[in-house]
Amino acid sequence: MSKSREYDAIVVGGGHNGLVNGAYLAKAGLKTLILERRHLVGGAAITEELVPGFHFTTFSYALSLLRPDIIHELDLVKHGFMPILMASSFAPMENGDYLLLGPDSDENIHEIARHSRHDADAYERYEHDMARVCHAVKPLFDKVPPNLFGKSPEDLEGMADLASHLRGVEPKVMHDLIRLATGSAADFLDDYFESDIVKGYLASSGIIGTKVGPFSQGSGLVLLYHSMGEHDGNFGAWAFHKGGNGGFTQVLARAAQAYGAEILLESPVDTVITREGKAVGVALGDGTELKADIVVSALDPRRTFLELVEPRELPAELVENINRLRFQGTSAKVNFALDGLPKYPALGDRSDQYRGFVNMGPSMEYLERAFDDAKYGWYSKRPYIDGAIQSVVDPDMAPPGKHVMSCFVQYAPYHLKGSDWDTERERFADTVQATLESFFPGFGDLVLHREIVTPLDIERVVGLSEGNIFAGEFFAPQMYFFRPAPGWSQYRTPIDGYYQCGSGTHPGGCVIGAPGKLASQQILRDRSTKG
Amino acid sequence: MIRTTPFYERLDPMNRTGLYGHWSGYLSALKYDMSAKDEYFAIRNSAGLFDTSPLFKYWIRGKDAERFLAGVLTRDIRLCRPGRAQYTVWCDDGGYVLEDGVFFRHSETEFFLTAARPNLGYLADLVGRLDVQIEDVSEDFGVLAVQGPRSRDIVATLTPDVAELPYFGLRQTKIGSAPVTVSRTGYTGDLGFEIYVGTDDAIPVLDAVLEAGAGRGLRPFGEEALLMARIEAGLVLIDVEFGSSRLAFNDHERITPKELGFGWMLRGIEADDRPFIGRNAIRRELAEKTSRWAMVGLLVDWQHYARLYNDAGLIPPKDETPLSYESMLYDDDGNRIGYATSLMYSPMLQRHIAMARVRPDCATLGARVNLEVTINHEYQTVGAEVARLPLFNPSRKTA
Repeated sequence: MSKSREYDAIVVGGGHNGLVNGAYLAKAGLKTLILERRHLVGGAAITEELVPGFHFTTFSYALSLLRPDIIHELDLVKHGFMPILMASSFAPMENGDYLLLGPDSDENIHEIARHSRHDADAYERYEHDMARVCHAVKPLFDKVPPNLFGKSPEDLEGMADLASHLRGVEPKVMHDLIRLATGSAADFLDDYFESDIVKGYLASSGIIGTKVGPFSQGSGLVLLYHSMGEHDGNFGAWAFHKGGNGGFTQVLARAAQAYGAEILLESPVDTVITREGKAVGVALGDGTELKADIVVSALDPRRTFLELVEPRELPAELVENINRLRFQGTSAKVNFALDGLPKYPALGDRSDQYRGFVNMGPSMEYLERAFDDAKYGWYSKRPYIDGAIQSVVDPDMAPPGKHVMSCFVQYAPYHLKGSDWDTERERFADTVQATLESFFPGFGDLVLHREIVTPLDIERVVGLSEGNIFAGEFFAPQMYFFRPAPGWSQYRTPIDGYYQCGSGTHPGGCVIGAPGKLASQQILRDRSTKG
Repeated sequence: MIRTTPFYERLDPMNRTGLYGHWSGYLSALKYDMSAKDEYFAIRNSAGLFDTSPLFKYWIRGKDAERFLAGVLTRDIRLCRPGRAQYTVWCDDGGYVLEDGVFFRHSETEFFLTAARPNLGYLADLVGRLDVQIEDVSEDFGVLAVQGPRSRDIVATLTPDVAELPYFGLRQTKIGSAPVTVSRTGYTGDLGFEIYVGTDDAIPVLDAVLEAGAGRGLRPFGEEALLMARIEAGLVLIDVEFGSSRLAFNDHERITPKELGFGWMLRGIEADDRPFIGRNAIRRELAEKTSRWAMVGLLVDWQHYARLYNDAGLIPPKDETPLSYESMLYDDDGNRIGYATSLMYSPMLQRHIAMARVRPDCATLGARVNLEVTINHEYQTVGAEVARLPLFNPSRKTA
C-alpha cells in the first residue's frame, strides 16, 4: 500500500451505515475509501457459514427500519436487494397455548378473540393509532435534526420547520406520541388490551436492545421506535433479507463499489489524524497513513470521540457528555443449527407458525421478571427470546430439511455482578436452551450446533461499546437533539472535516441506514458551502 | 357442476383459505395460504407449484401439421424444431390477434397446443384437405408448473435428464413409472418447468414432486401469486391485455401483434413467402406504420408517489395485488396517451410497476408519462417512466 494515497473522503467502519455513507459520497463524485477492521463488511449485519451449509445471522437478524429512500437512491434492487415477507408472528405460551398472527387481519381477529374478545377490535385500533404516530414521526427520521442550541439562520430555519411540522400533527396523535416517548409500554398497552399474551407479544418490542422492562418509563419509546419500521408500506412489519442481513450488507457493498467507492478489509484505523483542528486523514494499525480532508466515523460515539481522536482536543462538555452516555448492552444471542423444525405440541405437525418471529415473552410480567434479574447484575433465569427460523423464510440458509434458528435473548447485562461473560457463556446458553426446551419439548435433540454471542462478544467482534446493539441506549435524553450529545446531533464534530455517521447518531440503531445517508447530506452541504 | 383438476384431491387439503376461482370451468385456487405475497416469494426465492391443468390442450398431428400451422399461426412454426416449444399468437385476416398459446413440437409431425380458450372448432374448420388430425385432449392431462430458482433442482431430482433442458425445450421422460412431458416453460418469468402427465398418473407424479420439494421451500401457489409474477415478467393475459378479435364489437377492442408488443414475432415477414392468416394486413400495418399502440413497461416515480400520498395525509399504499381496471395515462399537457392494463406494487422491484399501452410516439424508453391514481377520492397523476418489458428478468430464466 502506498503511503501517500489520497482520498476525498475516508469512512472508518464498514458497518451498514458506513457503507451507506460511503456509497452516497461516492455517488456524489467523491473519491471515497471505506475502511473495515474485519475480514468482511457489515459490522453487526453479517451472515456467516459457521457450519457447512448453515448460514448464521450472528448478530442483527431482520430488516424493517431501513429507510425506503435509500433502496432507490442507491439502486439497491439492481445489486440484489430482496426483502422477503415474514408472514407470521408466533407467540407460544407457558400453558401450551399460543398466539399466532398471520397476514390475514380478519383471521387475526379470531385468533386474538380466542384469548380475549375485547382485544380483537382493540388490536385494530391500536395498530391504527400506532400507524398514525409513526406517520407523524417519519419525516423526522429522514431529516438532519435541527440544532436546538444554534443561532445561525440555518438552525433557526430548522427549528421553524420542526415547529411547523409538529403543529400539523393532530392533538390525539401528538398526545400518543408524547405518551410513547416518555412513558412505559405497559401503560400504553393497558389502555387497549386485557389479554396477557397479546400484551406480552406487543410489549416485547418495547424492550428489545434496551435496559428497560415493559413497566419502565422509556419502554414506550422503544416500542414506538420498533413500530417505525416498515415493509412495503406496512408500519411495524419486518422482512428477512435474502441471505440474512449479511446478504443485505453485501448488496450495500456492491452498490458502494459500483459508485466507485473503494473498500479495504482488515484495515483497522488507529487514529484520525488532525492538524490545527482539521481532519487530514487516518492512521491504520500498521502505521499506514491515508490522506483525506473528510473523515467519517461509523463507529459508536465513545470510539468516535474518545478513541479515534484525542478527547483532550475536544470541548470538555462534549467529552463529559460522551463519557456519561449510557451503553450498558443487555442483549445476547444464541443461534442454532437444527436437525429439523421444533415441534409445538398444540400445533401438531404444522410448521407455518415459523414463517416469521417466534416471540417467547408470553406476558408483560414474564418480561418484567426477566428484567428484574438484569437490574441486579445477572442474566435472566428465564429470558425473553425473539426467535426466527430463518431457513423457513429463505431455504438457502440451511441444507434441505435442516434449519438455522436465530435467538435474540434478553436480558444479558454487559456487567455481571461477581462473574464475567467468558465464565458464564455456556451456562447462559444452557439457560436459553432450557427455556426453548420448555416451550418446544425435544428442542435439545434437534441442536446440531450452537453459537453463543454474549454482550462481550458483541463488543469484541463488532466493536460496539459494552455490546449495546444501538450504539448508545434508546433513552429520551440520548435521542434526536441529543444523539449522541447536545449540540452535536448534526453529524459534525468539533474537528473540521471529521464527521460521525454511526447508529449513535440520529435516528439511531437497527439496520436503518439513515445516519449514513443524513451524514452524507451534511458532508456534501458543508463541502459546497466551503466551495 | 364445476369441475376439479386431476390434482385437486391432493391439493385441496393444502388450501387453508378455501378460496377458489373458476378457471375454464375448473376450480382453481386463488391462494393456498393467507398471504399470496408469501406464495409469490416462493416463486422468486425458492420454488412454487401451480396447477395449470384447466388449460385447453390439443394434439395436432399429421404429415401436413407443420404446413397447416405455418398458415394459421403468426409466428413461423417451421423454426420450432422437434423438442422445442414456441409461444405464438394467431390472428384474423384483419391482422388482429385472436388468441395466444404455446406449441410443443414433439416430432416432425406432432404438435401439442395449450391455450387459454377452446380452439378445436376454429382450427378444425381451417384444415381443408390437408393431412392433419386435431384432437382435443384437454381432459386427458394434468399440468403442473414448478417455478422458481430451485425448480431445476426439484424436477431434476425426479428426472435428471431435464437438468440440461434449454429455455423452451421439452423432453418426454418418466417420473416414477409415469410417462410425462417436461418443458422449460411457465408463466412467471422465472426459471421454471411444466410437467404434463396423464390424468391417471397425476397424483403419484404430484406426490413425487411434493416429496422432492420438501425441505427446498416448494409450496403450492394460487392465481393471485401467479398474476403478480406474470406482470413483473411482462407476460400478457387474455381478457386483460387483449381480447379475441372474433369476439370484439369494434376495433377498440382489437389489437394487432405489433401493438401487443410482439413485433419480435414478425421479424422478416416482409420478405418471407409464408402465407398466414392476417399476413397482408400485418404487412400493411408495418409498412404504413399504422399501429395505434405500443406495449411498454412503466416504472412509477417512487418519490412522487410517496409525496402525493404524504401530502394528502396518507401512508403511501404499496399493495402487490394487481389493479383489476385500466388506469389512464397522460402527457404533460393533459392529453390522454394510453392506459396501464396491469398495475401493481412489485415487491422484487420495490416500486409500482405497470404493463401499459401508449401511443407509439410516446413509447421512447425513459420518456415520462403521467399515470392516473385516485387519492382521497380525487384523480391525480403520478409520474412514471417508460421502460422495456419485462421489468423483472433474472438471468436464471433462460440460463
